[in-house]
Formats: sequence, C-alpha cells, structure tokens
Amino acid sequence: MATTAASATKQPALHIDKPGLLVAGLALVALVFLPFATFRANRIVPGDAVALWNAVPHSLAIVATLVIAVVAALSLVRSHPLPRLAIGAGILAFLFVLIGLSGTHLTPEGDRLARVSPASGFWLLVFAFGLLVTDALSRLAAGPLIRLLLLAGFYLLLGGGLTIGLWDDLSLMKEYANRAASFWNEGRSHLLLAVGSVAAAILTGVPIGIFCHRAPSLRGAVLNVLNTIQTIPSMAMFALLIAPLGWVAANVPGASALGIRGIGAAPAFLALYLYSLLPVVANTIAGLAGVAPDVREAARGTGMTSLQRLMKIEFPLALPTILTGVRIVLVQNIGLVTIAALIGGGGFGVFVFQGLGQMAADLVLLGALPTVLLAFSAAVILDVLIELASPPPSGGSAR
Amino acid sequence: MIEIEGVGKSFNGLTAVDDITMTINAHEFVTIVGMSGSGKTTLLRMINRLVELDRGTIRIDGVDNRNVPGPELRRSMGYVIQQHGLFPHRTVAENIATVPRLLGWDRRRIKARVDELLLLFQLEPEVYGPRYPHELSGGQQQRVGVGRALAAQPNILLMDEPFGALDPIIRNKAREDLLAIQKRLGTTIVMVTHDMEEALALGNRIAVMDAGKLIQYADPAEVLRYPASAFVESLVGKAERPFRLLSFSRVADIMEAGPAEGPAVCSDLSLRDALAEMLWHGASSLPVADGNGDLLGRITLEALTRNGAGPG
Repeated sequence: MATTAASATKQPALHIDKPGLLVAGLALVALVFLPFATFRANRIVPGDAVALWNAVPHSLAIVATLVIAVVAALSLVRSHPLPRLAIGAGILAFLFVLIGLSGTHLTPEGDRLARVSPASGFWLLVFAFGLLVTDALSRLAAGPLIRLLLLAGFYLLLGGGLTIGLWDDLSLMKEYANRAASFWNEGRSHLLLAVGSVAAAILTGVPIGIFCHRAPSLRGAVLNVLNTIQTIPSMAMFALLIAPLGWVAANVPGASALGIRGIGAAPAFLALYLYSLLPVVANTIAGLAGVAPDVREAARGTGMTSLQRLMKIEFPLALPTILTGVRIVLVQNIGLVTIAALIGGGGFGVFVFQGLGQMAADLVLLGALPTVLLAFSAAVILDVLIELASPPPSGGSAR
Repeated sequence: MIEIEGVGKSFNGLTAVDDITMTINAHEFVTIVGMSGSGKTTLLRMINRLVELDRGTIRIDGVDNRNVPGPELRRSMGYVIQQHGLFPHRTVAENIATVPRLLGWDRRRIKARVDELLLLFQLEPEVYGPRYPHELSGGQQQRVGVGRALAAQPNILLMDEPFGALDPIIRNKAREDLLAIQKRLGTTIVMVTHDMEEALALGNRIAVMDAGKLIQYADPAEVLRYPASAFVESLVGKAERPFRLLSFSRVADIMEAGPAEGPAVCSDLSLRDALAEMLWHGASSLPVADGNGDLLGRITLEALTRNGAGPG
C-alpha cells in the first residue's frame, strides 16, 4: 500500500531530460555571460562585445530573451522528440534572423566600413540548440526520405534568407560581396577536388579490395602500404608531392598540358586520392569478408559463376560497408581540401588562409562555414545511401 | 542414377575420402551417416563438384560429372545446407527464383513456379513471397531453402544436414514433408546427416562412413540386423535396435488368422506402435482391423517378438 501511494505521488513529477539539461545550461551561460555580437568600426580594428540587450532594439531583446529562456526551460522537460525537433529548429531559425537584425541595428546609417559579426554568445546558443535538434533527430530515428527533406528544407531556408538579404549587414556577407565571383569558383574547385578524388579512389579502391579479398596473401601487404600512406601528415604529404610531380611536368611530354604541376590542383588531387584509398580498400575487404559463409556456400551451390556470385550476392551485401568507407573519406576530404589551398590547390581554404593572413576572422569564416555545410550535407546524403543499400531492417510486417 | 566409382580426396595430404564406390539409383533416398570428419560432406560435395575429386569418377546418369562445367552441373541439381544460406538481400520469391533466373526462364514461368513451390511448402505466395528471409521463422526459412533447391525441377537433390538447425518438433514435421514431396516428385535425394535415427527414418538405403571409408551400404533393416562393424553397431544403439526394427514393418505384414480380445489395431500401424498398444493393454494378442473397422485377423506378441529379434 505504501509503495503504491508513493509511486502514485511520484507519477506526475516531471522527468528531467539529460541532454536537455546540457542544452539549457549552455543556453543560460550564453544568454547571461557572453556577448551576442561584435561591433568594429572597420574591418581590421579589435571589436567591442555587444550583449543581446544592445544588439537589437530593446523591445525585441526582451522578447528574444523570453523566447530563448522558455525554449531552454522546455528542453529540460522530458518529452516526445517531435515537439523537441520543432522548437529546436524554430529557435535556430529565430537566432539566425536575430543575428541578421542585429547587423542592421548596429550598423550606423550609411556607414560602409563598420563591421558586425556574430560573437561567442550567438555561437554557443546555436551549438546548444543544434544539440537539441540532433538529439531529437536521432531519437526520432527518422527514415531516409524524411532526413533528405529536412536537409532540403534547411537549404531552402538558407537560400531564402540569402535572397532577401537577411544577413547583408553582417561582416561575413560583406566579405562575400567583395569576392562573390571567386567564392563560387573556389567552391567549384573545392567540390571537384573532394568528390573527384573520392570517385577516383572508389574506381580503383573497390577493384583493389575485391582483388585482395580473392587473393588473401596480398591483403596484408596492400593494407600495410595504404596504412603507411595514411599516417603521413597532410601538410607533409602535399609538400612531398611537389618534387615528383614537378619532375613529371618537366620530363613527361604532355603532362603539363594536362595541368600537372608541382603545385596547384594536381598534387592536391593526388594527396587526397591517396588518403582516400585506405578506407575504401579496407571497407571493401571488410564488407566482402562479412558475407556469411552459408550464403557464400549457397551461392556456389545454386550454380552461380564466380562473377555472378560477386555481382549478385557478395557485392550487394558488402555495399553498405563500402559506402560507409566512402562516407568517411568524402567527409574527410571535404575538410582536407581546405589545406590544399596552401599549395595553390584552390577551394574554400583560399579564404581561410587569406583571412588568417589579414587577421580577418570573418574571411576565415567565409571559407570555413561552406566547408562545414558541404561536409554535413555529404554525411547526411551518404547516410541515406547506406541505409537504402542495407538489407531491410527487422520488424515491419514480420509474423 | 549417381555412380560413384573408386572416389578419393585428400586435403593437404590428409585423406578425407578413401576409395568409395557406391551407386544411388534414380528415385532413391540415400542417407550418408557418420561422425564429423568422416568425409560424408566431402563425398556429397564431390557429386556437384563443390569439391573436385582427386581419384575415381562420379557419373550422373552415365555422364562423367567432370564433362559438365561446374556451375552448369550445380544448376541441374538441388543443394540444401544446414544454415539454409538464404540470400538476405533478396525476398523469399527472389530466393526461390535463383536457379530459374540463372537458367534464363521467362518471367511468367518463374512466377508460376515460385507460387507453386510456396504452396507446396504451405506458404501463402501473396504473404510470404515478398518477405525477406529474416522475417520468417526457422522452419519457414528451411522450407524456402528446400524450395529454392527444387525450383528448376532437378532430378537430384543433395542435402547437407538440412534439418540440423531446427528444433525437434519442427524437425519431425520437416522430415515428413520431405518424404511426402520426394514420393510425389520422385526426386533422387542424397542426404548427409550425423544422426543415425534420422538416417534410418528417411533413407531407403543408408551409407555409413567412418574415417573416409564406406563401412556399410544397405537398407535400414539390414543395417540394424547385421551391422557391418562394431562402429556401426554403436551408431545404431543397442537398446533402440529392436524398436527401430519393428518400426519398419506394418501390422499387415505379420497378421495371422484367428480371434483375439481387446481393442482392434489398424493394419496400417507400424509394429512398434502395435507393440506399444499391446503392452499398454496388457494383451498377448489383439484383433486387427482395416481402415473401415472391418476385422481382418489378429496380431500376437509372439509374432511381434520374432520380428524384433536380431539374427541368430
């Protein structure tokens, strides 16, 4: 009797959500202690921190503080992931509108030199509610189509914000406006380098993996070589390739006509390709080795030829594992391309290194943000592909 | 007909199969029984050339099996393994359609054949055809495995411990189903098992193997009565022998004329079950009736005893 009474009184008590506790804590710290935006009279001078109270009109600041506090409090309470996702996405959109408005609010009328940037408080708030969203997403276990739609929705909002010039008064967009043409050029070479090197790694790595799977004696040697390549630091790798490619350009007829030079895109491409090879080859081998022995035996027993077994049974069953390797290298390469800018390989890294040289943090951001977005999108898209390639999960209409 | 002549196989210098000669006639159900490592699976796999033999020849309906390319040979025979080996990324219907597809049947013929087999194995085609193997129970998976092996109407079905992964009740049902299907289709079946009980229950003839050698190849009653060696005797199990022997004959075989008291037993019943009836009712004789209940004669404990006795 006593226990039932105790549990009955316990029932209505609200349960604290553990990730929610972190989200609320971070949001509180950001709101109370950290500046929301930074104001600088021009691009180079050190900035002044501006609290949310002063970053937007006071009336809006009151509303914003209340909204953020309420959402933080709501995330504390354990609840269904769907409303968590909705309020998380909503507050993120709100924050991005807010930072755009603060740019307009802080920039004096007609002042073309003043720079407004997001400050630590803004970023911490974005991080906190980003956590809320990703946590809700993973708890929802949303299907592949839903995740693609969410990604598309995100880009739609981003495109909308850019079109109406929501962030035009922010320093980041001013940096962009000065470099609009080269931004898209570098973007194209960034994608070409990352995707092209991975494509080359797939085209060669998968056959190498199949070959190693069929000839186990070779496996150890091949994996050792690729492992060693993987341990070379990326800076060193780019530098090491300059000499041999320079020699090729000078001595092999037609090589320089193809764009092969000691510096530039060629060594960058080659280095990225070499880094991609190990995960692709290793995952191909692991995927093929993971095919159950009885399935292999049955495939032989039904009279499939060696090629038919590979194409119809082993490869389809290994595909999710191979794609997992592709996901790793694609995300890795999108990041690594940034460093390729050091040897003239192009890509968003160009802005990062220009920004570093000029002590202009917003220019660094102009290179870093699109890189993060690309890597994030690649991860989402490949996760969807992996799921589509996997045999259907248990459950559903079974029994 | 499968003619195995002087066949041998070694792995790394160790003899797995040693000079085996045996013939499996068309429509026969032969069980190969032995301990693990006796070479029984190797012998089976040499028939469809999953393992290439070192010595001797195997002829299928008079043709040396090495004259046919391996994949083609294997498409002409069914092959069932213990872990069924269903392709996890293909539906039940696609699994069953594997060999017909390899043989290039047209789609309508494949669909008709798949539905026919699913019905034969008591699986509703609309319900089970589109499912994936992991959505089925163990017994259903095993049936689909046999269905896949039978899809292209092979004359020969090779089975390697096909019921090993099933629990006992389902296993008995699966055996009965297999016997019924064999009777209906007339398929020649060669089945490898380590279980003498299973070998005796299913085989028209039993090949007992030990250490790569064929020890005895005979029908079940002979294996029970005249085990070729102490090893075979130990496999059969002394205590079980008379009862197993009795289960091969029916009441009709030893029925005699004359009256008897007590409840009638059916003439179709195995002698083993008839003995159980007599022991239960404490009777030394019981009347025998046919399926309609008409009295045919009687069965005596004495006659039963004679049938359960070994030689000499």
